[in-house]
Amino acid sequence: MMKIAIASGKGGTGKTFVATNLFHALYKNNYRTKLVDCDAEAPNSIAFFKTKLIKESDVTQLVPVIKTDNCTFCGQCHEYCNYNAIFILPPMKIIKVIEDLCHGCGACSVACKFGAISEKPVSLGKVASYSLKNKPLLLEAKMNIGVMSPVTVIKAAISQIDNQSDIVILDAPPGTSCPFIQTVASADFVILVTEPTPFGLSDLKQSVETLRKINKPTGVIINRAGLGNNQVREYLLREEIPLLLEIPFKKEIAASYSRGEIMSETDSFFAQQLLSVVENINEQYGNSNNKW
Amino acid sequence: MNNMEIAIISGKGGTGKSSISAAFATLNGEVLLADCDVDAANLYLLFNPSHEEEEVFIAGEKAFIDYSLCTNCGICVDYCRFGAISFINEKVSISEILCDGCRLCSRICPENAINMVPNDKSMMYSGSFRNGKMVYGRLSPGEENSGKLVNMVREKAKEIAKENNLETIILDGPPGIGCPVISTITGVDKVVIVTEPTISGLHDMQRTVEIVKKFSLPAFVIINKYDLNSDMSDQIEDWCRQNKITIAGRLPFNKQVVEAMVMGKSIIEFAPDNEISKNITIIWDKITKQKK
Ligand code: SF4
Ligand code: SF4
Ligand code: SF4
Ligand code: SF4
Repeated sequence: MMKIAIASGKGGTGKTFVATNLFHALYKNNYRTKLVDCDAEAPNSIAFFKTKLIKESDVTQLVPVIKTDNCTFCGQCHEYCNYNAIFILPPMKIIKVIEDLCHGCGACSVACKFGAISEKPVSLGKVASYSLKNKPLLLEAKMNIGVMSPVTVIKAAISQIDNQSDIVILDAPPGTSCPFIQTVASADFVILVTEPTPFGLSDLKQSVETLRKINKPTGVIINRAGLGNNQVREYLLREEIPLLLEIPFKKEIAASYSRGEIMSETDSFFAQQLLSVVENINEQYGNSNNKW
Repeated sequence: MNNMEIAIISGKGGTGKSSISAAFATLNGEVLLADCDVDAANLYLLFNPSHEEEEVFIAGEKAFIDYSLCTNCGICVDYCRFGAISFINEKVSISEILCDGCRLCSRICPENAINMVPNDKSMMYSGSFRNGKMVYGRLSPGEENSGKLVNMVREKAKEIAKENNLETIILDGPPGIGCPVISTITGVDKVVIVTEPTISGLHDMQRTVEIVKKFSLPAFVIINKYDLNSDMSDQIEDWCRQNKITIAGRLPFNKQVVEAMVMGKSIIEFAPDNEISKNITIIWDKITKQKK
């Protein structure tokens, strides 16, 4: 199995456009493929397909519950919590868990020597599995509103990928912080989608630096080529980063995308271009101990 | 003097949020512009602010094993809830990517072999730009706690605004609905949500509105590139009306916005007579003049 993450330093460069089209092109050409939407704060890929929800699993995290009857207000749990999630005022006999700040690390339970701490699960979001023509081909990570970090939900979605597919497409969250890293860490190759503008270049550079730090092979798709300037191309040349594809800027593409259409469905040339991108990646970076 | 803090956000990136923030920042009178998109700070590219001050931001910690002390007992492996510690080639090792920095392993290691090292690569900068003062943060790749960096940026912004008698604080927010977004909008006077007429634009806007409502903040929606799909734009407007969200205005798609960016200018500076510039002026008045 080969996992390809589609990412972009900033959102809105066409990451989901590429991910959905790539998945569709592979699917139409009888590859065993799967699409996993890891952009848990704003998952949007599934809406492009006529799917059926087949399963939804809750993703939870444990947070401590403090039984004040047993608590001696010794403060050890507060001491152990590295996220300031336990508020304690011993003279007033007040102790409170601030669930929003809790990362569920379990340190406070280890700290408490008086059996005052138990744990309860709280929901962080869901992983939903969808079928396309009766095959379970799509997964979606969706974080609950008000939750601080999507990382746990993303990890849960990735862990649900079975080995029924040869090429898995991960629609990664934007940015280069923790959620992005957690997603791309599991991928064999990362396609960065950028646009040829100064903002696009700045974000691209940051993504490239991040991926180099964790030694991920990377290639770039320039979306909306023709808008903006030539700096992204020059940067790729200079840094010897493969330019996998350029998708020209056309107002019709943006309009058809906005209607929820999959361009590779009607544009077979585009579908073919995407397929060769994947085939080239697979030849060079395909997971050798897991050949398909 | 009372500040007016206005946060510009969007459920997803690439809706043109930063370009609109840049336009607002160059309309008239000097402002304090704070780039709260610390994961992909971009506005400095347009405004080239001077670096008058910089501060290191500590974004949590990571655990490292001192192998001269470690006996390879494996106790820490079972304590780590983030799956960051495992045996690799029969040797205990910690994955820098997976470590959440909770410190528990370091506390329970019988040999005191685990040290916590602060993540100190993130920075906050402040200085002047051609229309006032600017503050921005840059989160180092792979790091979390971006909400805290946003808080730091906002505090600095208020401080500088006060020193310089700048009434208006414009916060360019991050995409998504997670912690950094919440940090950006908490306690602001007004929230502007920039969306685009796509299926995902509508979805993301709805999720963003939910967040904004949780904090009972006055929200304004701008539909950017509305002409890419007028039906969808109508749908978005209907939804806003039903949910009592003010539509601040619609902006058409225009290549000049990208050209302005390439020239390092806001659209207001680049093409003051363009329809978009005129509309942005009207939108700004509508947002700022409405009573709290
Ligand atoms: S589980 Fe960890 S983060 Fe949560 S309160 Fe306990 S020590 Fe703090
Ligand atoms: S460690 Fe246990 S006893 Fe001590 S303050 Fe925390 S909950 Fe109470
Ligand atoms: S608990 Fe300490 S000594 Fe034991 S394996 Fe972990 S680091 Fe090494
Ligand atoms: S600090 Fe916490 S997350 Fe990091 S390795 Fe230690 S136990 Fe695991």
